[in-house]
Amino acid sequence: MTQERPEITLALAERILVLDGAMGTEIQALKLETVDYHGKHFEGLAQDLTGNNDILNLTAPDAIRDIHTSYLEAGADIIATNTFNATTISQADYGMEDYVDAINLEGARVAREACDAMMARDPDHVCWVAGAIGPTNRTTSISPDVNDPGYRAITFDTLKDAYKQAACSLLSGGVDLFLIETIFDTLNAKCAIFALEELFDETGERRPVMISGTITDRSGRTLTGQTPEAFWNSLRHASPLTIGLNCSLGANEMRPYLADLSRMADTFVCAYPNAGLPNEFGEYDEEAETTAGFVREWAEEGFVNIVGGCCGTTPAHIAALHNAVEGLPPREVPTREPAMRLSGLEPFTVTV
Amino acid sequence: MTGAAGSQFVNIGERTNVTGSARFRDLIKGDDFDTALEVARHQVENGAQVIDINMDEGMLDSEAAMVRFLNLIAAEPDISRVPVMIDSSKWVVIEAGLKCVQGKAIVNSISLKEGEEQFLDQARKIRRYGAATVVMAFDEDGQADTADRKFEICKRSYDLLTADGFPAEDIIFDPNIFAVATGIEEHNGYAIAFIEATKRIRAELPHVHVSGGVSNLSFSFRGNNAVREAMHSAFLLHAIRAGMDMGIVNAGQIMVYDDIPEDLLERIEDVLFNRREDATDRLLEIADDYRDAGTAAQEKNLEWRDGNVTERIEYALIHGITDFIIEDTEIARQEAERPLHVIEGPLMDGMNVVGDLFGEGKMFLPQVVKSARVMKQAVAHLTPFMEEEREASGQAAKANGKILMATVKGDVHDIGKNIVGVVLQCNNYDVVDLGVMVPAEKILRAALEEKVDIIGVSGLITPSLDEMVNLAREMKRQDVQLPLLIGGATTSRLHTAVKIAPGYDNPVIHVNDASKAVGVMSNLLSETARDDFVAGIRDEYEAARVKHAGSGRKSKRQTIAGARENKVPIDWADFKASVPSFLGTRTFNAYDLSELREFIDWTPFFRTWELAGKYPDILQDKVVGESARELFEDAQEMLDRMVKEKWLVPRAVVGFWPANAVGDDIAIYGDAEEGEERAMVRTLRQQMKRNNTRPNFALSDFVCPADAGHTDYLGGFVVTAGSEIDAISDRFAKENDDYNSILSKALADRLAEAFAERMHQRVREEFWGYAPDEGLTNAELISEDYRGIRPAPGYPASPDHTEKRTLFDLLNAESETGVTLTESFAMWPPSSVSGFYFGNPDARYFGVGKIERDQVEDYAQRKGVDLAFAERWLSPNLNYEPAEYNARDAAE
Repeated sequence: MTQERPEITLALAERILVLDGAMGTEIQALKLETVDYHGKHFEGLAQDLTGNNDILNLTAPDAIRDIHTSYLEAGADIIATNTFNATTISQADYGMEDYVDAINLEGARVAREACDAMMARDPDHVCWVAGAIGPTNRTTSISPDVNDPGYRAITFDTLKDAYKQAACSLLSGGVDLFLIETIFDTLNAKCAIFALEELFDETGERRPVMISGTITDRSGRTLTGQTPEAFWNSLRHASPLTIGLNCSLGANEMRPYLADLSRMADTFVCAYPNAGLPNEFGEYDEEAETTAGFVREWAEEGFVNIVGGCCGTTPAHIAALHNAVEGLPPREVPTREPAMRLSGLEPFTVTV
Repeated sequence: MTGAAGSQFVNIGERTNVTGSARFRDLIKGDDFDTALEVARHQVENGAQVIDINMDEGMLDSEAAMVRFLNLIAAEPDISRVPVMIDSSKWVVIEAGLKCVQGKAIVNSISLKEGEEQFLDQARKIRRYGAATVVMAFDEDGQADTADRKFEICKRSYDLLTADGFPAEDIIFDPNIFAVATGIEEHNGYAIAFIEATKRIRAELPHVHVSGGVSNLSFSFRGNNAVREAMHSAFLLHAIRAGMDMGIVNAGQIMVYDDIPEDLLERIEDVLFNRREDATDRLLEIADDYRDAGTAAQEKNLEWRDGNVTERIEYALIHGITDFIIEDTEIARQEAERPLHVIEGPLMDGMNVVGDLFGEGKMFLPQVVKSARVMKQAVAHLTPFMEEEREASGQAAKANGKILMATVKGDVHDIGKNIVGVVLQCNNYDVVDLGVMVPAEKILRAALEEKVDIIGVSGLITPSLDEMVNLAREMKRQDVQLPLLIGGATTSRLHTAVKIAPGYDNPVIHVNDASKAVGVMSNLLSETARDDFVAGIRDEYEAARVKHAGSGRKSKRQTIAGARENKVPIDWADFKASVPSFLGTRTFNAYDLSELREFIDWTPFFRTWELAGKYPDILQDKVVGESARELFEDAQEMLDRMVKEKWLVPRAVVGFWPANAVGDDIAIYGDAEEGEERAMVRTLRQQMKRNNTRPNFALSDFVCPADAGHTDYLGGFVVTAGSEIDAISDRFAKENDDYNSILSKALADRLAEAFAERMHQRVREEFWGYAPDEGLTNAELISEDYRGIRPAPGYPASPDHTEKRTLFDLLNAESETGVTLTESFAMWPPSSVSGFYFGNPDARYFGVGKIERDQVEDYAQRKGVDLAFAERWLSPNLNYEPAEYNARDAAE
């Protein structure tokens, strides 16, 4: 049963909210075996499901619920569902397209349960479930074939329909918000927005949408080449609850792009960096306190309304973040003069 | 542009429109999308801020062509940089286009033509796809032609859209520009109707934009470009004043308003404003007199196209014209037996002429770099053919020689190196450029792998000198047998002779400018001339070493204790410091570029291009004036784009802290609580013997000493023109456009210096505020006619680069500005400036000069570093050889 919660915008006006940390690296830490991934559902299935983290919503829901709970106990206000790859596009890698509805429904349900249990234990700890929508492994703006730059491995409509299917199950499963995350291709995100708008129209139910892009390197651009401001101009039509950045970079490297976005965006800003940059073994080893130190600086500068962690962050990181931003005022959402703000890879503004 | 003062006018490129450009239509119909992309690229390069794409042609699958073209554009960052306008009369084409763009595009267009329901349905979809839209003044009854109807339809559209939630600022009205002077009476009011409607739209419908396709207006004067151009610019002037802020205008099809002959202008304006009944007749009367005026000039410019292909290539190389070079190269290739013969023949012949003219001082560096751009594009065209041939025959083209170039470890400056690289390439040398911050190991490994003939390294800051010494030693240790060329602003013939050359057994040669590089290379690689040339250099450097050894003994310094006795005499008894308006730091993000360009000091810009002379006189110089003017125009044009398109995001941080001098150091106190020491800024004192009244300066002399009992202040700053410059110059370089690559970097450097100058002015007038009413001109600023100085660590008054660390920590500069320090304390990005602010009226610039071991020992102890560390960083300033001291210490 879902308890009554105040509007998230009221909470955002008062304080900096905390989003959870990494799901993938926490699952890795459990050192699950093939048999765990298959569970009872898929016992004896020839297709190897090892590494399909999203399937665990069906085969090991307790483990996923425990991870959600550990983040809530660390002080998270928002937890994201374990559905980063739960679209027909991404599940095709495992031949599990037929289970996409169930994965999303159960993903929403276990997160919901963890949240409701937390609020039953501690009614003052108001928390929200965000339905996570990942970028998929296809890109609508780039050709996978270097010899044919005009080719696309997926079309807008195919991707939009895949997103809509996933979002529909998340909505049925009871998510409070949607989180379109780790956007490396803005056109993919536009597909997701279009899908959500259609879904909201058709169901008559609306949920706030959080949007989070990823700056791939020090060029300060998305993989498809947009600057943070161009990225914001491309997505502002969604009137999202938050715009922000996650993944790819640690908090220290993310800072200048976050600062840019924070200055431009006339909505709330959310950021959840990796635990530093990966070391030579590909592992993230930035200490919780280090990450929290950077994030606290953001908060002091007034860059953020929601903070959390991406790859490599743990409940310890979230607890440190929670302590770091506690009591600090949230970023004030700036008002901007109306102007036609267009973009290619770069922003272009026509003032009125 | 003819825009009225204060108004922004957005020019939409129309050459990728099959209905507007016959050439583009033929390319699309001929399935030549590669060339079609070039049209788009050229358009963006020429300043189109938005590009209109239209594929509405009866014989085309418009939807497929739109999708394909947009997908191709997405793979071209220099085109997709700008937003697109998806232009079609068919909704299916528009919607297919909207599914291909990640940016926020403009739809052109929708209207009430088919009724409200369809209009709103399309508008909702546009919003959902995240685009803005053009709305035509068109309704169920047809296109509006009077001012009233134009306005009424726009008003009705506006009310419907805004009530439905469409953002008003994303609406662009197109109130229809129709042809005038057609001889039909009803058409006479069309121009004024557009202008009137525009006025009312902008006044009564908040936040919207007004656009239009201008070339329709002059349709009845087809074939008379002069009159058409004049009509367009006169119309635009009035329409923009009325509030038109966007438009489809072919930039080549307008003339400057003030250049329109008076009688022509009067008759045109009579037509536009429908001022007299015989307006059309009167314009027709004189139109023929101008028929050839517009095009004649162009034809004359293109006379050189009449020559044969060899002559055309030579002309293009000498004049730096890239427009036809691919076309001409291709013709030459088809005529030649082998593609290589085109390079060895017409291209090298042309470049030889360029080289000769450069050698004779009849061409200058900027022109040569432009010539190189033409050459590179021609070679890029031929390369695939040559590779094909090489695969078939195993034969390869032979260059004059191969050089590896790099900016040494810890250093980030590369403009000079890039210029030398271009000049060498022009002279048919293969250049392997490893870029900046290259460690010695990497240089040597690459030299082996690439089998180069010569290594050339460059550096701008003093620690790079040490790195070059290190490189020479490594080359000896690893038994490398290649000549080493040394260049860069901080290097000198003397330093090369005394410090670098003795460490290595092969030739080490200082090459101080680009024009010398070719001579040195060809001598070193010539079997006959090499030995004499190398012997000559050896003798010359040996003589320099002997002379230096002799001179070194003469100028014995005084003791540091003695020098301190002779500090700057300032009476601190009644000192009262000016208090800064804030303590701690303040950050400036995305500083306005248009403000900074006013503060550019142009003289060093010309020096970068090896054009000697002071700005602005250099523009009128008899020898280099023409070259300087051309360069200056290109620079202004690029600056316009930099400002308009925000290429750079300048950032700065400035700070002020309570401070007092303590001996030769300056103690910085915490922001809030005085007395708590936060950092120590170490300064160095001149040690030359004085036989006059001049003091032995140290920067600490300009700050009130602690024991005088008054609080004083010290400031600091880091500014950067923006790290974006790296990607921008790279992009040009990748397009074989070294000229713009170097130009963009040189301008970023100037903007960084301008930023430092502007910040210093604001510090004096506002932030520290000790000179509120200074009001200096740019020339006075450049000659530093003001109170206070801003010396930078690593420069003459404060030669220790490592002090930048203290400055950066105080300012938290890395995270505030993104500027970082390399291991040699060079700033990254290179277009950055830092320093301390001293506000005392007696503060002045000076050079520390050579210092003695007693001061270095004392300095190392104060700073808490090893003597060897201090000696390494101060090596250019040491008046002694650390090695000799060490030997003596050991002997004792």
